[in-house]
Amino acid sequence: MNVQSNRKAEPLLRNAYDVAAVRRDFPILSTKVNGKPLVFLDSGASAQKPRQVIDTVREVYEKGYANIHRGVYYLSQHATERFEAVRGTVARFIGAGSPDEIVFTRNATEAVNLVAQSYGRTFFKEGDEVVVSEMEHHANIVPWQILATQIGIKVKVAPIDDYGELILEAYEKLLGPRTRLVAITHCSNVLGTVTPAAEIVRLAHAKEIPVLLDGAQAVVHAKVDVRALDADFYVFTGHKLYGPSGTGVLYGKKAILKKMPPYQGGGDMIGHVSFAGTTFREPPYRFEAGTPAIAEVIGLGAAIDYVEGIGRERIGEWEHELRDYATARLSEIPGLTIYGKARNKAAILSFSLDCAHPHDIGTILDADGIAIRAGHHCAEPLMDRLGVPATARASFAMYNTMDDADALVASLVKVREMFA
Amino acid sequence: MSDLRDLYQEVILDHGKRPRNFRHPADANREAKGDNPLCGDKVTIYLKLSDKGLIEDLAFEGRGCAISTASASMMTEILKGKTEAEAEALFGAFHRMCTTDDEPTVSATLQDDFDRLQVMSGVRHYPMRVKCATLAWHTMKAALEGADQPVQTE
Repeated sequence: MNVQSNRKAEPLLRNAYDVAAVRRDFPILSTKVNGKPLVFLDSGASAQKPRQVIDTVREVYEKGYANIHRGVYYLSQHATERFEAVRGTVARFIGAGSPDEIVFTRNATEAVNLVAQSYGRTFFKEGDEVVVSEMEHHANIVPWQILATQIGIKVKVAPIDDYGELILEAYEKLLGPRTRLVAITHCSNVLGTVTPAAEIVRLAHAKEIPVLLDGAQAVVHAKVDVRALDADFYVFTGHKLYGPSGTGVLYGKKAILKKMPPYQGGGDMIGHVSFAGTTFREPPYRFEAGTPAIAEVIGLGAAIDYVEGIGRERIGEWEHELRDYATARLSEIPGLTIYGKARNKAAILSFSLDCAHPHDIGTILDADGIAIRAGHHCAEPLMDRLGVPATARASFAMYNTMDDADALVASLVKVREMFA
Repeated sequence: MSDLRDLYQEVILDHGKRPRNFRHPADANREAKGDNPLCGDKVTIYLKLSDKGLIEDLAFEGRGCAISTASASMMTEILKGKTEAEAEALFGAFHRMCTTDDEPTVSATLQDDFDRLQVMSGVRHYPMRVKCATLAWHTMKAALEGADQPVQTE
């Protein structure tokens, strides 16, 4: 087998994406794991953080930290201003009409749960239906199943084809008189499939059904414009976007958020509290009970600034090059199957080897300093659809290189030597 | 990290590729299912237990990684012909071997069997893989005890 790189020579003059410079911004990438330079191919689970984010969080704690929205003193006002400024940054980042449409949550999962428990529990009735797809993350399945046990809604599942693309005709047929919401991923965390979100929304809106898009993977890889998509809800998480963990975002159209009751009760979300009755603040504050992840949200702002500074189009182009190169190289390995051949696909490659279980693959690769994900990727129904118990997954990010793909292939060749 | 060959010894690779007693005996009178939801590993253990508490037959079916398949395969070979008490003694020693730095001891009659199991001891250096090695054993114990709930590791 040819294990030599067949990489094309880099053009000398190309308004080149300077991946070496990007890598220098991520301190962890120069560390070693098991004595080997780290090859991090699990950004789909959580991305590493650039120095700009790390420095921002540290600087908040060292110089600018206090609780927000309450103090009359300088530090609290300053922290509040910085925290609230990120709402504007996020709104601009996803094309929202107003910062008031941005609700901070702990992660994308909490954002889906918020919609299920506030919007769903209020406006859905027994027998109503929520349409998801076969390639959802558990985060966009289980909240609806919990709602089903609470109020008797039904979860309908739009199928995918063997390429890993949503079957739009089948999806459209599921949109019926009892459908109250479509909740579908914008990019599969297993297959990398980028779904035709605008078309998904258009078909649902034709029947006056609102749409929630799970953008946890999508916002990382491409420019997202929630108004152009006309999404009613859009959720994503900060930690996959090179930001701190503990930060998530729910975008909701203002008119819909205004109709929704609180999700959790507590401080910061109330107008007035008395034992006779309590009033609630307007969105988005109504949905943000308790002290939020203050420094982390400010860090998320730094992450977005960092990504926008490099440019999502350029990051996307680089990741597509990585995807194509890694796909070609992986395809050289006998007995290797790649899952997901969507026409529009992010740099997420799920695969299996005929001779080794994904966990054995993961352990052998780890010894070479290569971090991949092995398992069901929080998408067990999709594993059932693919007919496999688990897959290995290499997910590429803005800081990965062709060398990373080569290291992956070389290590997989070792796996074959051991197990085949 | 220790050398990968400590984990993937030839005996383990061999049992992983060609598991012994991979079948469903028609005369089994005990069975239990084990499941490792994080990995997607699944195993079913079939036991034929005599009235006197002797394991007359032991087999398994399922799917999993090399470590879990090899562990199940070796266990079925070793425990066949053992008493319930001996199986539990070996379970305890095996579990300690995989999860601690102790050097567990067993009675002289079980020493040869336990020596064979030492090839699995490499997993103690791979915390995420310990459950792969112990899944079949936990499931065997559940089958012995006649548990009706599936076993889940983690």
